[in-house]
Amino acid sequence: MDRQTLDRLTRLSQLQLSPEEERLVLEDLGHIVALIDEMQAIDTEGVEPLAHPLDMDQPLRHDAVTEAVDRARFLAVAPLTRDGLYLVPKVVE
Amino acid sequence: MAAMDWESVIGLEIHVQLATRSKIFSGAEAAFGAPPNTRACAVDLGMPGVLPVLNREAVRMALTFGLAIDAEIARTCRFDRKNYFYPDLPKGYQISQFDQPIVGAGVVEMEIDGATRRIGIRRAHLEEDAGKSLHEDYADMTGIDLNRAGTPLLEVVSEPDLRTPAEAEAFFREMHAVVRYLGICDGNLNEGSMRGDANVSVRPRGQQRLGERTEIKNLNSFRFLRQAIAHEIDRQIGVLESGGGVVRETRLYDPRADETRPMRGKELSDDYRYFPDPDLLPVRVTSELLAEARALVPELPRAKRRRYREDLGLSDSDTGFLTGDPDVAAYFEATLATGCGAKPAANWIMDRVAASLNRSGLDISGCPVAPEQLGRLIARIEEGVISGKIAGTVFDVVWEEGGEVDAIIDARGLRQVSDTGELDRIVRQVVADHPEQVEQFRAGKEKVLGFFVGRVMRETGGKADPRQVNVLLRDALRAR
Amino acid sequence: MQPFASIADLGRGLARGDYSARELATFHLERIAAADDDLNAFIHVTQERALRAADAADRRIARGEGGPLTGIPLAHKDIFCTEGVATTCASRMLADFVPPYDATVVARLAAAGTVCLGKTNMDEFAMGSSSETSWFGPARNPWDRDRAPGGSSGGSAAAVGAGLVPCATGTDTGGSIRQPAAFCGVTGLKPTYGRVSRYGMIAFASSLDQGGAFGLSVEDVETVLGAMEGHDPLDSTSAERAPTRRNGARSMRIGLPSEYWTGLAGDMGECLLAAAKELEAAGHALVSHSLPHTDAAVPAYYVIAGAEASANLSRYDGVRFGFRAEDPADLDDLYRRSRAAGFGTEVKRRILTGTYTLSVGYYDAYYLKAQRVRRRIQQDFLEAFEEVDAIAAPVAPGPAFELGAVDDPVAMYRQDVFTTPASLAGLPAMSMPCGFVGGLPVGLQLIGPAFEEGRLLALGHEFQRRTDWHRRHPEG
Repeated sequence: MDRQTLDRLTRLSQLQLSPEEERLVLEDLGHIVALIDEMQAIDTEGVEPLAHPLDMDQPLRHDAVTEAVDRARFLAVAPLTRDGLYLVPKVVE
Repeated sequence: MAAMDWESVIGLEIHVQLATRSKIFSGAEAAFGAPPNTRACAVDLGMPGVLPVLNREAVRMALTFGLAIDAEIARTCRFDRKNYFYPDLPKGYQISQFDQPIVGAGVVEMEIDGATRRIGIRRAHLEEDAGKSLHEDYADMTGIDLNRAGTPLLEVVSEPDLRTPAEAEAFFREMHAVVRYLGICDGNLNEGSMRGDANVSVRPRGQQRLGERTEIKNLNSFRFLRQAIAHEIDRQIGVLESGGGVVRETRLYDPRADETRPMRGKELSDDYRYFPDPDLLPVRVTSELLAEARALVPELPRAKRRRYREDLGLSDSDTGFLTGDPDVAAYFEATLATGCGAKPAANWIMDRVAASLNRSGLDISGCPVAPEQLGRLIARIEEGVISGKIAGTVFDVVWEEGGEVDAIIDARGLRQVSDTGELDRIVRQVVADHPEQVEQFRAGKEKVLGFFVGRVMRETGGKADPRQVNVLLRDALRAR
Repeated sequence: MQPFASIADLGRGLARGDYSARELATFHLERIAAADDDLNAFIHVTQERALRAADAADRRIARGEGGPLTGIPLAHKDIFCTEGVATTCASRMLADFVPPYDATVVARLAAAGTVCLGKTNMDEFAMGSSSETSWFGPARNPWDRDRAPGGSSGGSAAAVGAGLVPCATGTDTGGSIRQPAAFCGVTGLKPTYGRVSRYGMIAFASSLDQGGAFGLSVEDVETVLGAMEGHDPLDSTSAERAPTRRNGARSMRIGLPSEYWTGLAGDMGECLLAAAKELEAAGHALVSHSLPHTDAAVPAYYVIAGAEASANLSRYDGVRFGFRAEDPADLDDLYRRSRAAGFGTEVKRRILTGTYTLSVGYYDAYYLKAQRVRRRIQQDFLEAFEEVDAIAAPVAPGPAFELGAVDDPVAMYRQDVFTTPASLAGLPAMSMPCGFVGGLPVGLQLIGPAFEEGRLLALGHEFQRRTDWHRRHPEG
């Protein structure tokens, strides 16, 4: 785990670390990677990955409109809205 | 030195919005044109704690598509999270299918320049649509409308089997027709119901290896798709011929400037960190689901084209017109069901019906003349009850006022004069009244016959069968 | 009125009219007011709503329509969305978030007539084993205020342990019900994954998160579970199963996996072994066996939980809800500063770990490897349950530690060594008081096969009939 990797991870996850935080997190992540590397000792040759503990199929929902949207209730919890829209700084494509 | 002979290689990714009532993972209505954020429920907004539940109909539609293109259908498939930040993507990830798509390899058959081309489909997978960013209205802000978020999409990925912009357009048109025939998409391109991304590369003709490609995003009309690809091919050839290299990137097409330019802010997005969505379980494609999907596969454009040509004897151009839009084909077939001939039905639909619809700005599903009425009208011409000219009048009456063809013919006394005695009398009278023209005819001036036909038609108020008038006139003129 | 009464006794008191639900709520609200400045078990106390709910419960009881939970006060972990009541997940990110919907668990317990007194403290986004990462300050252990109540559901465990509420909800991702239950001397059940709906429960790691309950006894936990559990069409991972009922053979085979029992500190080991012997004395057989991949559970758990969390927490972007940075220069600035200020350090560490293990070049070595290890661990249990009916194990390596004592993240993660295996396998597991070490409660963990909660409840109930550890309460 080096600064360059951490920099890439913070950008991918849209985080930002103060210089002090970065120093600590870099050290912690090094230890965490060492911890998770302990599982490399397990022989998993030929073992199917287990994505989910439930041995069930995905249930399928009947195609019906069941949600009446009360926009005001959702907009009320948003930090910045106008004319029914959520606002973000200008996006340039 | 001769200019290099370049070959372009094109693959399309087509996003088809599935015409379900509700969203793919929520019970909110999937509808276009509602006021902003009035069709985005807690699940579509990615509110804390809410969870997706898969819409059965979206799965069924994907299966119907897969069966229609003879594709491999997965027995089980899976949903994954595709991670990236964007304001129109509420959860910060899109639920999509990465390595276990519902539909595997298949083939779409299309016609171009009278030849049939088979275009490979690599896969088709289900995913959720994103919302929309509105850039215009606020000075330095962008507005986010999440109504579209969660609308089911089927992303169809073609093999790089297309070679020209025209082929790419033909493929996009064929896909458009197919999904409309299947009833899985409304096909409204200007509402974004079908959007294409084009992967474009060029290589010297004869070279096996593919050149570096670019991806042009969000092409939502047949014309823009063709133009964008044509432009991009020219641009790439220009770059290569001036000694440069094509850079792998995502580009946007600007139809106003007719150019493509690189899209901003995509530099990190190659690392989407796909992983199985733990909120959703593996989807098992049961035999029940498959049977249901199969029952809803109708006759497809290519089969219809073959049938129209081989069984009905229609030309390629008639066939192309009639099968391009499933509603037109349905109208044509309903017209035929009344028992009229295929060729006159095709002609009427392509000429009179199409022109009238065009003038009124209607599409065929809103045609005021029902196919049963058109069929009857054509049958009456074929039976000699009315002339083609009178039929035009009757068509206009039905168009304007509605009503039933036979009732209109009777009420307005438009029935052709079919009493031979009466017609014979008029013919003899006309011949007797014009001795000069009779002489000309007998002297070999055949054209004069038209003059007599016109006179007879005028005398009968247009209600005579011109073929019958012809026969009677020739008899009368020779008899003298 | 006395604190620490059982739900059944409280129900009888209400039915007899010894006190009203309003009086019962008021009694507990007063206890909260007296103790919570110190304990910090609650993030929000919802007094007015509680009294309204109590009045409704009183009317219901008067009509003779009350059920076993009607009028019973409870607290919800602040991870469950409550319509109209702030739901913070102990994060600055959601400090002002008032959900426009109820979690299924909240709705079901409200429908059963419970009276919610407030929302309990926890580790931020349930990421922690001490309730120290809360934006609202650490919760404290009712047995020793200088010690942690465990985590992440530390507030719920502390509130029940201190007699501020008779029962509370919690969630368990890698031990977040069991470990605080052990630290606070209460009974806590993490049901089988899929038993309780996750709808409206703010996600940390979706394939591991499971809602459950704290109570003063196995019986009380069973009663609360009865109102929480069951299929929910809003949660694709919710199972359709018959309701949980206490059921177990008179004589069961109880496994003591060697990986869990060796290396325990002297007093802990003796205390736990005595508890196991008590089960033996009750007529069950103790069987030594092995769960060979136990040591790999913590690493695999932190990979999987981190990966899922990194995606689950992407929705906190300052746009539709939650904390938003002032005057962002551009979109990236909005995202980065909102998330930098809204999330605490532990949350950031987990997001970064998860992003790392999912990113190009590391996915196979970490994420997929962890899933394979997860399969191994599940197989360990499946094989074990061929031989034994239930497993008895410690919950944590030691009793409650002092606040601030475990300041290294990896050391904190290793606290979860005995709880993460059952989480990875999705199995039901319960912690119940079984003794004391140095004046601090110790918990015994019982783990069962999937959807066999009834067996754990039967064993636990039998244990609690023979012992009184669960009836010991902290002073003051």
